[in-house]
This record gives sequence, C-alpha cells and structure tokens, in this order.
Amino acid sequence: MSDTAATLANALEIRQLNFFYGKFQGLKNINLDIAEKRVTAFIGPSGCGKSTLLRTFNRMYSLYPGQRAEGQINFYGQNILEDSQDLNLLRARIGMVFQKPTPFPMSIYDNIAFGVKLYETLSRSEMDDRVEWALTKAALWKEAKDKLNQSGLSLSGGQQQRLCIARSVAVKPSVLLLDEPTSALDPISTGKIEELVHELKNDYTIAIVTHNMQQAARCSDYTAYMYLGDLIEFGETKEIFMKPERKETEDYITGRFG
Amino acid sequence: MPDKHLSTQFDAELSGVSTRVLEMGGLVESQVSHSISALVNMEADLAGQVLRDEERVNRMEIEIDRDLSGIIARRQPTARDLRLLIAISKIIANLERVGDEASRIARVVQRLGAVGMPGRRLPVGDLQFECDLAVAQLRKSLDAFARLDTRLALEVLKHDDQIDQEFEGMMRKLITYMMEDPRTISSSIDLVFVAKAVERVGDHAKNLAEAVIYIVKGADVRHAPMADIETAAK
Repeated sequence: MSDTAATLANALEIRQLNFFYGKFQGLKNINLDIAEKRVTAFIGPSGCGKSTLLRTFNRMYSLYPGQRAEGQINFYGQNILEDSQDLNLLRARIGMVFQKPTPFPMSIYDNIAFGVKLYETLSRSEMDDRVEWALTKAALWKEAKDKLNQSGLSLSGGQQQRLCIARSVAVKPSVLLLDEPTSALDPISTGKIEELVHELKNDYTIAIVTHNMQQAARCSDYTAYMYLGDLIEFGETKEIFMKPERKETEDYITGRFG
Repeated sequence: MPDKHLSTQFDAELSGVSTRVLEMGGLVESQVSHSISALVNMEADLAGQVLRDEERVNRMEIEIDRDLSGIIARRQPTARDLRLLIAISKIIANLERVGDEASRIARVVQRLGAVGMPGRRLPVGDLQFECDLAVAQLRKSLDAFARLDTRLALEVLKHDDQIDQEFEGMMRKLITYMMEDPRTISSSIDLVFVAKAVERVGDHAKNLAEAVIYIVKGADVRHAPMADIETAAK
C-alpha cells in the first residue's frame, strides 16, 4: 500500500485553502493531497473544520450566502474554486453522502434514476442496467431487486444509506465524499458500509469524515487530523494510529484530549 | 498537554498492568540473585526457594497477558497506549525467561549439592561478579520501564558488552581448570551453563531496554547498530 502510494496520482490537490463563515475563519491555510482510488479519512473534535473541508470539495457551501473559500482546490489540475466552474457538473463528478440517509420520497428505482436523468439520456433498458449496476455497487441489489417500485423510505436506515451511496455512484462520479455516513446506523449496517467503502475504492477516490476513530483506522489509507480549522497532521493511517508525529494527534487518538 | 485519558478507568488499567510488570520484574530479579547466592554458598534451601518462585512467575505472566488482552479488547488502544501494551507483552515473556535461567542455575546448585562440589577450587566468585552485572542491568532496564526513561534504556544497551566479556573470561578460566584437573570437568561444565544462563539474563535486560525505547519513541531498535539506536532514543 505504502510502496505504491508514491506513484499514485492525486485526485484533489488542496493549496492554501482558507474558508470563512462570514467573519469566522473555519479553515486555515490547508494544504493536502487526496490520492486517487484511496480512502482518506478526516478526524478531529467537533468544530475542527473536517466537514467544512469536505464541503469545499464539491462547493456545497456555495448554497449558503456569506460562506466563501480562498485558495485552490485542484481537481485533476482544474481549480474548482474558480467562478467559471459548472457546479452541477462538479457535483456529478464529486458526489456526496450525508450523515443522515436522505432518500427522495420516490421509488427505489427512481431514487437512482433521478440523478442519472439530469446528466444522461438513457433508454429504458439502459436505465434498468444502470440502476442494477449502482445498486450492486452499493451492495443493495440483492435486498432491493424485488421491491424496486417501493418507496426508498420503506428501507431500513442502513439500506437507505446504501441507497444514497448507490444514487451517488449511479452518475459515475470520480470522487465520493462521505460525511459521517454511519453515525446514524447500527453496527451491522456500519460494517456493511465500511465493507462497501473498501469495495468502492477500486473505482473511486473516497474522502470520509468520521467521529469514529476506529472507523478511520479500519477503512482508510490516509488520515488527516484537524483541530480548530488547522490541519495538524496528515499521513498514512497505520502510521497515524501507531506512531503519530505530533503530540496533539497522539493525545486525540489515544483519548487524552482535554 | 493532558497526560491523562478522558477515561480515568483506562488510566487505572494501564498503570495497574505496569505495576504488575514491575512486581514480576522484582521477583525474577531476586530469583537471579538468590540462585547465584545459593551457588556461591551452596545453599540448597535457597535454590529450592528459587524453584518455588518459578511457579509464581509463570502464573504472573499468564495473568498479565490476560489483562493485556482484556484491555485491548475493550479499549482499542492506539499509538503510545498500544505500543505500551505490545511492549509489555514482550517484556513479560523476557522476564519469564529470566526466571527460567534462574531456575536452571538453582537446579545446578541442587545437583552439585547432591554429588558434592570438588572443593571450593572452582571460580564461583567470578560468577558472582558476572551475576551482579546482569542483575544491575536487569534492575536498570526495569527502572527505565517504570520511568519510561530512554536515556537509562540506552545505558543498558551500551553496557551489555561488559557481561559478554565477563562470560568469555569465565569460559577461558573454566577451560583452564578442566585442562589442569580433569576431575573438575563435570562441575566445570555445570558452571559453563550457569555462566551462559547469567549472560542470557543480560540479553533479556537488553530486550527490555529496547522495548522501553519502542514505547516512548515508537522506534523498533532491535538488531539496529548502536549509532541508530542512539539517534532513535534521543
């Protein structure tokens, strides 16, 4: 893993990124590379800026007035913070899954097809294939294939979250952003999502924000520890959890954080 | 920077297991001293005591290992906490081996007592010296563990040569005895094993010192050249 890491391309290169909620500075001069087809986890106490950082990657913050980002986020060389960036296209390439499952109030099939229709014109059979493909990718096909016409809301919490992942995957993004994707789920569903993350990294670059440190340890290749808007330490997950460079990181991951 | 966990119970568990390691260390240290003292003074009772302590040491190793698994299972320790627990697991294995070496010496004492040592002509006093060095090394490595002191650990690693030299000197001496008086061959061979056992105690002390550096610095200095170890321990 570490041997090949050096040769990996970066999906995202964050340079001198500052972020402001009005006058409050939420992120301070962040510099970071997100490696392609790897899982990068963001950990840190509440309010450290990890979700804020994740939301800059697909400019989710643009929905809110008064929030602005300065610096560069280069997505395969293209600075997505530029005004000319097409946000819909960006969000198709960089998908996001939220803490609470957010299925649309429509059938399971339409939940998947909805996003696809925005970007592509597919025949009925092509769409059927795409829905099956996305649900299979999200490890939900077996459970959902006989009830594609039922409401997405009829699924269990864990299934709903996998449906949301399927919905993101369906538009064939290159990066998946997961913002505490399992914090509302039971351990079995959590295990399934983590397993899924492991599968998905063969095809996608994944950035995951989690409050569960063991989850970061289990399913990421790289870990970033953030505190009060600063990136304190970034490195290979096994190094961070065995021998972090910074005392602040060590105190946090060993539970000495006061 | 806070040195305590949010969970005081976790702190108590870690310091509890560390204390038990030091207890076990103290016990095997006295086993080694007693075994050589039993040899030098030919005290069979003391040798018997060493062998009885062996059972306590074995039991402690098992109990500490059980505590370690319990803590790992329930706390999912990371970084320096994890390194501490992994190192303790190695330290107690080494301490148990030290206990084995002491028992080996105690059994030699019992055997020599049974057949009768050929006078006091053999250089048992030199063994006492080698043993004092080894016990000092062991005590220093346990102190280094108690205080998580890499400087002290480094001293242990640097002084291991002394015991090795002492062992080689002892070998030469015993060979001379055996050549000059073949009647001493049997008991001289016993003493060769004793000297080797003492030398191994020194090696175990060295392993303990390496474990201390691993806990504090996260650096694995086993089989590393001294210059690298010094850099890592700083």
